[in-house]
Parts: sequence; C-alpha cells; structure tokens
Amino acid sequence: MSALASGNAAAGGCVLGPPAPLIKVANLAVRLSGREVLTDVDLQVRAGELVGLVGPNGAGKTTLLRSILGLVKPSKGYVHVSAARIGRSRQRLGYVPQKHEFAWEFPITVEDAVMTGRTAALGWLRRPGLEDWRAVNAALDRVQLADLHHRTVGELSGGQKQRVLVARALALVPQGLLLDEPFTGLDIPTQQLLTGLFEELTSEGTAIVMATHDLAGAVADCTRLCLVNRTVVADGTPADVVATDGWMRAFGAQPSLGTHSRRGFGTGPNTVLPAEQTEMVGA
Amino acid sequence: MSFADFLADLANPDLAFLPRALLVAVASSVLCGIVGNFVVLRGMAFIGDAVSHAVFPGLAVAFVLQGNLILGGAVAGVVTALLIAVFTQHRRLREDSVIGVFFAAAFALGIVVVSRAPGYSGSLESFLFGSITGIPDEDVITVAVGTVLVLGVLAALHKEFVAVSIDRDMARASGLPVMWLDMALYVLVTIAVVLSLQTIGTILVLALLITPAATARLLTDSLGRMMLLAPLIGGGAAAVGLYVSWSWDLPVGGTIVLVATGLFVAAWAAAPRHGILWRLVHRKTPNPPDQVSEPAELTKAA
Repeated sequence: MSALASGNAAAGGCVLGPPAPLIKVANLAVRLSGREVLTDVDLQVRAGELVGLVGPNGAGKTTLLRSILGLVKPSKGYVHVSAARIGRSRQRLGYVPQKHEFAWEFPITVEDAVMTGRTAALGWLRRPGLEDWRAVNAALDRVQLADLHHRTVGELSGGQKQRVLVARALALVPQGLLLDEPFTGLDIPTQQLLTGLFEELTSEGTAIVMATHDLAGAVADCTRLCLVNRTVVADGTPADVVATDGWMRAFGAQPSLGTHSRRGFGTGPNTVLPAEQTEMVGA
Repeated sequence: MSFADFLADLANPDLAFLPRALLVAVASSVLCGIVGNFVVLRGMAFIGDAVSHAVFPGLAVAFVLQGNLILGGAVAGVVTALLIAVFTQHRRLREDSVIGVFFAAAFALGIVVVSRAPGYSGSLESFLFGSITGIPDEDVITVAVGTVLVLGVLAALHKEFVAVSIDRDMARASGLPVMWLDMALYVLVTIAVVLSLQTIGTILVLALLITPAATARLLTDSLGRMMLLAPLIGGGAAAVGLYVSWSWDLPVGGTIVLVATGLFVAAWAAAPRHGILWRLVHRKTPNPPDQVSEPAELTKAA
C-alpha cells in the first residue's frame, strides 16, 4: 500500500509504526428523533487512506459523516480528530456535502463560493488576504475550474458544481476530506477527474472518507472499504469486505472486481464476481 | 402639484413634518433595501412578514402606556424573532409553520392590547398603513443612528452571513455559530422593519424589504451590485412615493409600494439577458451587436 507509506512521509509528525489516526470514532451511538441510527461504531482513518463508506439506503452513512464533522451529537461514544476533540479541530476536515445542500441560486462567483470554505478559519472582521486567494486559486486549479473563476455558480453544469464543492473543501488545505455521494449524477470524465484528484490527495497524505452507492467504483478506487449498516459490519481491503457475509446480506450480490474502466460499467447489482478476477485482485 | 411646488413645500417651515417624513422614509427604505437582500436570497420573505406583524403588540403596549413606539416595536419584534430562531432549530417542524404560529399570535396580542386604549381605531389605521405626519424629531435621530448601526453590523458579518446563506451545514461544520448568526440577521431585519413602520405601516413594510432586493436580483448576478442597487431602488421609490402621496393626497405607504412594484415589473421586463423584452429582441438577432437596442426596435420585435 504505497499510498499509505507516502502518506506517512507527508504527514511528517509520526516516526515509527503506523501514524496516529487523523479520525478516531470510538463506541459511537447516534439517536435521531428517538431512533438509534448508529450503534457501537468504531472507525479509525489514517493519513493517506481513501475509505469508502458503503451500505444500503438508511444505513447511517451520512449520519456517520455528520457525526465526524460534529453536526450530529453522539448519544454515546466520541469522535476525535487528530487526537483533539472535535470542535477545536473542525478546520482540519473539509466537507463536500451532497449537491442539493448548497444554495446554487445565490448570486456568487465560483471563486467567492470557494472562498467561503475559509470563512470560519479567517475569523471575525477579517477580509481574505493574499494567502487566502492563493489557496482558493490552488483549489480551483486542482479541480480544473480556474477558467471559470468569475462565473456565477448558478450557471454551472452539475459536474462543475460538484467540483466547486470539492474546491471549497480543499481551500482550507484540510488533513481530511469527507465526501457525501460525490459521484451522483456525474458524467464519466468528471468522475475520472475527481477519482484522479482523490488519488493525488491521498498520495500527499490527505485522508479521505466518502459515502457512496457506486459499489464498483468504490471497490476499484478505495484503499479500504467500510460496510455500514447501523454499525460497521465489515472493514478492510475492498477484496476482503466484498467477500464477507455482511456484503451479501446488504447488497445480495457482489460487484465485479478488477474492471479498471470501472465507472459506468459493470456496476449492476446483479453482476456476480467471476472466479479468476477474484484471484487477480487477491494476488 | 408640480415637482417645484413639492420642493417649495419641503422648504416651508410650516410643513416641517414633510422633510422629516422624507428623510425617515428614504433612510428606512435604503436600510430595508440592503437588509432585504439577505431576506430575498435566503427565501426569508415569510420571516420578514412575521417580524413586521410581530412588532404590533409592542407598538400597542407603547401606545397604551404612552411610551416610545420604536422602542416598543423593537422589543416585541426582537423577542418574536428570537423565539422563531430558537424553535426552528428543531427539525421536526418546518420553519414556516413555526413562523405562522408566532406571527399570528403576536398580531392577535397586539389587537387585544390596542382595543383597550381609548380612541384606538384611528391609531390602528396609522399603525397598519403608516402616515407622514406626527413623526417626532427624536425619531429622525433614532432612524439615522439605527441605519448606521444596522449597516455597520451587516458589513462586519457579511462574509459569515454569505457562508451561512449558501450552505448551513458546511458553515456549522467549519465552526461558525450558525444559530447566533441567524438570530443576528433576524434582529437586523426587525430593526429595519421597526424603523420603517411609522411612514409605511406594518402591512406594507414587507414590500420595502422584498421588492427593492427582488428588483435588484432581476438586474444582476452579483451580490455586490445587489447591495448597491437595492437601496437605490428602495430610496428612490420612497422619495417618488412621498411626492406622489403629497401631491395627490394619497396614503404614503401605498404610493411608495406601488412605485417600487412598478420598478420591479419594469426590471422583470427589461432586465439584461433574463428580461422578457431582452429575450424577444435577441431571439431575432442570435449574435447580439454591440449597439444598445432602441425602443423602436423593441416594438418592431414585439
């Protein structure tokens, strides 16, 4: 797992053995409107990992992301980010919500929308300075939106909007990036652009956690899968997680592995894993 | 009455209430125009409506106790706005239902209180529809100070208000105190409403919040330009509305709102790129030439 190794180097602080996890979720339980949505969740995410949160609808993937961000209060357990309790360290995490959470009709340019990612970090009464604009431009470059920086957000296509949300999260240069369904409704070039960007980020030591319904894509791209169904049902390499009983119970079938063209192909829920491809992935 | 006569009346010391009314109407319209941008962009029109009705019990109590109307209205409006902000943090009830409960309750309370005052029906009318007479001198100062104060707070919290307006969850996740910012915005809306009440009345003040900002939104895709256009439109509508009201002896709240509405309709029709006339003209010429379309061309195209 070379991404993890270079992640260590980039993270810098840790000397020997595995680095301390950036995100540590321990014994977490969350109740929403009296219903226990998550129970006994334990999850650690380290620098350089690309963790896919998969699970059926209503499994609590979004709630888990929101708990890590401190948007939902746990009824039990805790979330630590970088060994500090969340709230003092929220700005270490970038968040990419589902597209509909953003008010796209607001009259704001792409670069100003991306700058809002730095609003809280800037502090009260402070205006963005040179360093802030540099960070915003760097984030726009990474998602290849630099040309559209003066465009009003309402005029963007769906794929461009998703890239604005990613850039906004990256504007803070976060140590961890949490994404909720980042590939929903995107065409293949945009999916590939984002997948490439995520790989680049993890190789630089950023930890990424993404909730996704794109099973084949998650299996192909993630360094680790975490199957969530009100708790963590299975956690490990994609090949291991796909082989568990929990996977069959959750999805009723296994996705095809090893298809490098991934997104858009072989994603049908009934695609059964061919034996020789399992061996290829396992090797 | 000609415009010159209007200017003469403004300068007439026997009609000292008239320049006072003009000053208060224009200042409060400018203020409402700017604050109204967030009301329009966040879809808070109903909150503006609620606040403008919620100040009514405060006015009523102040009227019965012979106290300061602005102060009474401000207290009642702020209390209601804060109650709404607190209750809407719960996800089980939608914001509009909470607002519906509180603003009707506040208005009901106001009616009950004011009915106990002797000779209330006349004052009720001026509460509801506004009037240009009887604005005391100290209210001019209150309006001026209030305007400066609200604009100062709005400028200071601008980037936070923008962040919360476009994505509440992200704002909260990044550590912004979203509920406090909501409350601050509601309080600013309340102050703008209260300062405008005397000239325009509780029923129509909503138009000062919504119409200029909505007109500005039709004309531009830039928040910065909206922040300039909306107060210009509001202030202009107030000045023209007062002139029309004075000249033809019409209720000032009505004339100001109708002028503003006229501007809104004009913007809807003629706005660049999105206005209906613009589209009609440019459908004929797919590659628009540099020259600006003349009215003659417009009629031909239509």
